[in-house]
Amino acid sequence: MSTATLEPRLQSPRNYLNADYGWKSWLLTLDHKRIALLYMVSITFFFVIGGFFAVLMRIHLIEPQGALVQPETYNKLFTLHGVIMIFFFLVPSIPAVLGNFLVPLMIGARDLAFPKLNLLSWYIYVVGGLFTLYSAIAGGVDTGWTFYTPYSSTYSNTQVTAVVVGVFVVGFSSILTGLNFIVTIHKMRAPGLTWFRMPLFLWAIYATSIIMILGTPVLAISLFLLALEHLFHVGIFSPALGGDPLLFQHLFWFYSHPTVYIMILPAMGVVSEIIACFARKRIFGYKIVGFSSVAIAVLGFLVWGHHMFVTGQSVYAGLIFSFLSFLVAIPSAIKVFNWTSTLYKGSISYEAPMLYALGFIGLFTMGGLTGMFLASLATDVHLNGTYFIVAHFHYIMVGGAVMGYLGGMHFWWPKISGRKYPNGWAALAAVIIFVGFNLTFFPQFILGYLGMPRRYAFYPAEFQVLNVMSSAGASILGVGYLIPLIYFIWSMRYGPVAEANPWGAKGLEWQTASPPPTENFAQTPVVTEEAYAYSGEEEVGGV
Amino acid sequence: MSQQIVPVKTYVLVFASLIGLTLLTTGVAFVDMGPFNTVAALVIAFSKMLLVLLFFMHLRHSGGLVRIAVLAGFFWLALLIALTMSDYRTRTWTSAPAPWSVTAPPTHP
Amino acid sequence: MSDVHGDRAQAEHFGMAHQFEDLGQQQDVDTFGIWVFLVTEIMFFGGVFAAYAIFRWLYYAAFEGGSRILDVRLGAINTVVLLASSLTMALSVRSAQTGNRRALVLFLILTMILGGVFLGVKAVEYNQKFVERIVPRLDWGPEGEVLARLALGGLDHAQLYFFFYFAMTGLHALHMIIGMGLLLWLVLRARKGGFTPSYFAPVEVVGLYWHFVDIVWIFLFPLLYLIGGRY
Repeated sequence: MSTATLEPRLQSPRNYLNADYGWKSWLLTLDHKRIALLYMVSITFFFVIGGFFAVLMRIHLIEPQGALVQPETYNKLFTLHGVIMIFFFLVPSIPAVLGNFLVPLMIGARDLAFPKLNLLSWYIYVVGGLFTLYSAIAGGVDTGWTFYTPYSSTYSNTQVTAVVVGVFVVGFSSILTGLNFIVTIHKMRAPGLTWFRMPLFLWAIYATSIIMILGTPVLAISLFLLALEHLFHVGIFSPALGGDPLLFQHLFWFYSHPTVYIMILPAMGVVSEIIACFARKRIFGYKIVGFSSVAIAVLGFLVWGHHMFVTGQSVYAGLIFSFLSFLVAIPSAIKVFNWTSTLYKGSISYEAPMLYALGFIGLFTMGGLTGMFLASLATDVHLNGTYFIVAHFHYIMVGGAVMGYLGGMHFWWPKISGRKYPNGWAALAAVIIFVGFNLTFFPQFILGYLGMPRRYAFYPAEFQVLNVMSSAGASILGVGYLIPLIYFIWSMRYGPVAEANPWGAKGLEWQTASPPPTENFAQTPVVTEEAYAYSGEEEVGGV
Repeated sequence: MSQQIVPVKTYVLVFASLIGLTLLTTGVAFVDMGPFNTVAALVIAFSKMLLVLLFFMHLRHSGGLVRIAVLAGFFWLALLIALTMSDYRTRTWTSAPAPWSVTAPPTHP
Repeated sequence: MSDVHGDRAQAEHFGMAHQFEDLGQQQDVDTFGIWVFLVTEIMFFGGVFAAYAIFRWLYYAAFEGGSRILDVRLGAINTVVLLASSLTMALSVRSAQTGNRRALVLFLILTMILGGVFLGVKAVEYNQKFVERIVPRLDWGPEGEVLARLALGGLDHAQLYFFFYFAMTGLHALHMIIGMGLLLWLVLRARKGGFTPSYFAPVEVVGLYWHFVDIVWIFLFPLLYLIGGRY
């Protein structure tokens, strides 16, 4: 085969992408960077499926009596939308894609502590996904992603067991990922990389991993008990047999509330990286921001009862949970203040990653503030079970976590792929996403406040205008998500070749080639400077 | 990283203590001490666990990091049990009836 | 100045993975890794212990009654057997540390035998539950003496107690079976000389797992078999 006919850019130096070819080299890889890409493809696949269910729901809700599906089908749509988006997209997204790719690079290691466990975690994810897809194809599940008993355990005749097995299995993927990160960050940092020189993304991943380790097993056991109850009807969750449905909720939310911090903390870590780079400034209050990540992880375990204020939980327990829920807002707010202080007098440039980061700050703040109404017992009584809740968590999960993920993808894409994407299109997509998102979910705050219940396939006619606005927004949002998918794929073949450090950013990952060689660094780096040691003078050179 | 090699005698002594504690907890169970039966059983079980942790699992010689991890695990479990229990224990404190009455017997066969 | 590449090559020959600097770091990392995994197991078993705690508080009499049906002797024997297996496991790790291959294999096999005894006794106990027809939902129909003793505590919630009995000991037994598989793998590797005083991390790791499973039983025994005393 003659090399004379090859284009120059195809003769790139050996990196992790061209180190080996063939499906075996990908499906049996131990390279954390390739595993990150395996995850990237899988979570994108599930995002599309979950998003498709959302599209169907928003079309259905154009009409007060429902425009598309039967109520039973609608119940299945919101259930699987939730299960897929939470367990198969949001929870893995940043940790399994960006975390897997970046953690060894950021700490100056050749790989994670346990590469084989890393690959195993992906296969476990796939198996869990297959069970969940099966449950969808074989008739669906209508219990809500929260699987409340006794409906899920005794009365529902949908594919509860299959989806519960799927979620149970994918939990172990999460556990293994968290375990790998904790051990790696503790034990494999490069010489000179002390805890307080680490990029804040690593602090965020570390805090996230703590939650994964301590919380996910409780989800596993609650689903295990649910499955046993579903199969054998012994009665632990059934009042008729002496059981208590609330016990399931306690066990379920003990994990599922911290899980929302699994979904947001990594995004916050991404935002810290982006803000520092595109403001050319050290993050204001670095230590406080690092500690606040850990504080969120810890406090996040103490507030789960706020999901149960109106379910029959003791009022006194509710009081405790309400108070603690107010507390957990503090470290999150601290981060927002610190990012804002970082921006002040920074040399700001508005590349696509920065647009996502700025959007995150605004939308996360809104989502977080609306959480205060829900943490307060009295207002929660009114707002629980309404679209206010739906809007609240979508502001955080989509306006926050997804924007954080997209911002991170745009920031590190040159490193991951060795290519650059067109910034004009990227900026346009970011704006479309921002507009579409707000149009979709802001009306839902109003709908919830006015009393429209969630998880209902129909609604009173006076709510139609707001619902149509929301559905219109969803279509814009969908377009916005498609654009990056297109140009990222385009860039892999036609994008300009990226240099090692296109943004002029600080951090060990930028000191190796784009894409990195398989072993990450030719020699183990030695760290001598603080994180984000920007001089604060030059702006980013532009893509 | 060199690890301490624990003498065989230590292991055997720990084992003997564990057997002793097992006999103790079994014996105590046949004595009526009311609520203290549960307390005694848990105290003995905790002691046995400590022996296994410290000696068989080498926690005595492990660094602070491992000890913190183990402590964190138990602490988190305590949180789960304590906060969940706080709901059940205080449900009857309010005069308004709870939606489910888990202490009432089922009224149908 | 030592030959770094030569050292690495030698270390990798003895089983060091490429992402580590030396065998010591690998052993340290492997040990820490299994401890982190055991923390997840604390929370996993802890969840069902929490559920147990709630129901025991709610239906104490039924739990007491159910507990009296269990055979304390078999439970105590199993506890002693499992503690002995922890001893042999600790001794096998020690044998690996001192490079004593024959002792290592011997103690690993002893641990397996004791684990097998435990599972055998468990099987006998489970079978007895089927004979006495006190298996929740699958075969619930206690009669005679058994029925009389259960009725003392309240028949309504006796099934809940036995649900926890089966769920908790079943989960524990599953972990034992996995442990037996790991032990077998260790025996096969040890016999071929796979472990040296500078590389025995797998033995240590399996040992820690085995001890943890023992600790779970240390709690299961009094909580299931010795509720409220047997006066």
